[in-house]
Amino acid sequence: MESTLTENAAGSGGDRRRGRGPSSSPFSRLNSRPRIGDPLFKWTTGLFAVLVAGLAALIMVEMAVNSKLPFQKFGFSFLGRSIWDPVAEQFGALPFIYGTVISSLISLIIAVPVSLGVAIFLVEKAPRALSNPILFIVQLLAAIPSVVFGLWGVFVLAPTLRESVYPKMQSALGFLPLFQGNQNGLGLLTSGLILSVMVLPIITAVTTDVLRSVPGAQREAALALGSTKWEATLIVLQNAKSGISGAIILGLGRAIGETMAVTMLIGNRAQISPSLFDPSYTIASVIANEFSEAAGEIYLQSLVELGLILFLITFVINMLARLLVWSVTRGEGRGGHV
Amino acid sequence: MRIYKWTRTIFAGILIIGLAILPLAGCGGSGPEANREVTLQGAGATFPNPLYQKWFSEYNKITPAAKFDYQSIGSGGGIKQISAKTVDFGGSDAPMKDDELKAAPGEILHIPTVLGAVVVTYNLPTVKTELMLTADAIAGIYLGHVTKWNDAAIASSNPGVSFPDTAINVVRRSDASGTSYVWTDYLSKVSSEWKEKIGAATMVNWPPIGVAAKGNEGVTGQVKSTPNSLGYVELLYAEQNKLPYATVKNSSGQFVKPSLQSVTAAAAAAAGQMPDDLRVSITNAPGKDAYPISSFTYFLVYKNQDNEAKGTALVNFLWWALHDGEKMATDLLYASLPQEVTAKAEQKIKSITYQGKPLRTS
Repeated sequence: MESTLTENAAGSGGDRRRGRGPSSSPFSRLNSRPRIGDPLFKWTTGLFAVLVAGLAALIMVEMAVNSKLPFQKFGFSFLGRSIWDPVAEQFGALPFIYGTVISSLISLIIAVPVSLGVAIFLVEKAPRALSNPILFIVQLLAAIPSVVFGLWGVFVLAPTLRESVYPKMQSALGFLPLFQGNQNGLGLLTSGLILSVMVLPIITAVTTDVLRSVPGAQREAALALGSTKWEATLIVLQNAKSGISGAIILGLGRAIGETMAVTMLIGNRAQISPSLFDPSYTIASVIANEFSEAAGEIYLQSLVELGLILFLITFVINMLARLLVWSVTRGEGRGGHV
Repeated sequence: MRIYKWTRTIFAGILIIGLAILPLAGCGGSGPEANREVTLQGAGATFPNPLYQKWFSEYNKITPAAKFDYQSIGSGGGIKQISAKTVDFGGSDAPMKDDELKAAPGEILHIPTVLGAVVVTYNLPTVKTELMLTADAIAGIYLGHVTKWNDAAIASSNPGVSFPDTAINVVRRSDASGTSYVWTDYLSKVSSEWKEKIGAATMVNWPPIGVAAKGNEGVTGQVKSTPNSLGYVELLYAEQNKLPYATVKNSSGQFVKPSLQSVTAAAAAAAGQMPDDLRVSITNAPGKDAYPISSFTYFLVYKNQDNEAKGTALVNFLWWALHDGEKMATDLLYASLPQEVTAKAEQKIKSITYQGKPLRTS
């Protein structure tokens, strides 16, 4: 396979070289015509690609430049400080980082098992006639604007949780610090729940694709060796695991950056509390809340620095996701799909 | 080489198109001098936006040559934009601070337009009578000292009412806002503890109590959907959402219900001590009819206008707004200026100049 490829490449190269010369080949005129389309295409698309990459780099540089003041004043302690006082101009990022990470983790703890269950059912168990409509509906969830999720959360989810779910959790699990304190429906757990609904379609869709790309031969081989259907599915999952982790990390990226629905449900209080019922705050929410009216240079720049931290967190997560997805698709290529 | 040429052609093309479009953007209003059209750009406070939009469209009907474009981006944004001269006028609920005025490239005037009141709204399903609150009770609730509805601080000013033994679900604004400024300004005046620990600003380091929601509509929604909750919103929002709001004890010891009249009364009471630049806080104002949690909202304009046509249009509009426009305010639930303040605002409008000569004399 590889040898034929190189021969072909060498052959065509030779043809081109010959075509340039003053030969009497009937193709000589065709070949000597100036080739405009190809380089033009290459350079315009290349320009777009560079523009996008440049934009990302520019955003990062711009944010770094515009968060100089708090960096000079607080240094790296900005990451570890818990105070957020615009009047005294004292700022720290820790409660926001905590809220962002914990609410995203809660969403993953809830969404991952459900998404995996849905994806396994759709690929391994359900007939195509059923799985495609279900997948369509799951993906439709991803198209709902986050403000709609937020409104639903404020007017339906939060009151329901406050009145019927959280009191029961508190009476059953109240001995844990996680479920203590005064609850009023808003807080870390509520925003984690709404986030889980929002990341579910992403994880489900990507996992479904990953599972579908596992060659059917593996299932057949497992079944032929006498394993049950469940054991065959386990083997499929085993082979798809890096793709599934990619899907989870994509979902995590979405959860970390989500703003509107979280702002409406998290309670927006900058604090680190062991209780999941207590209000918290995320980086994206504090920026959305305070940026438009931030008075004072260091206040504004502290918000920009928070943005930079969020950018770095999502950047790292996306890079991990790329790496994982890439490692999966490369594996497929070797498997001889294309 | 060929590629290089091609990209050059493309760049040249983009340049030519760009140059062709540029003059198009700047060709508005090249008619005769008499009915020359001007568009005035403004940005700022969201609270008076509904009224301002009404003013602009009404004024445009009688003066078609003057067009207005006001973006309600918030008071802080309004101050920033007028200081950078990217707009012709700004809007702000909170007066500009001294250092902000100093940083601006020219002298900025504060022209009060209307008044707004911040009310304490609540959701208490078991209490049917109107809630009466003292300043101490309000400060105590927001400082975290008063945590239950049956606390003596609340019960003592509501004789005969039985309050539930439940926690107060305190709601505040999560975004920086003029409403929060008025609120914290009031709390700073009535509580020395608030003044020392927290202070007055559009966004403060709130004591660790309650939850925060975005915008007046967010706080309204949160209070509406949470029993035993209490929050602060603009009077307009409490009225429109049919939420009850508390009667508050003012500095003269009277319990005053927030209303357009009691807000105007607070402004009238404060008018006597109004400084020359009209920057004044009227929270906790004296006077027995004065509702204590209210504020002016201002137009911010440069004293020396750079452009005669725009300056004239602006001055004429401001004059109209103070007189004819003010009559539309009460229909939209804004409190209008008391006579004393209108007179002071007129003086300010008359002092606006273009190259040293006043733009409006009568």
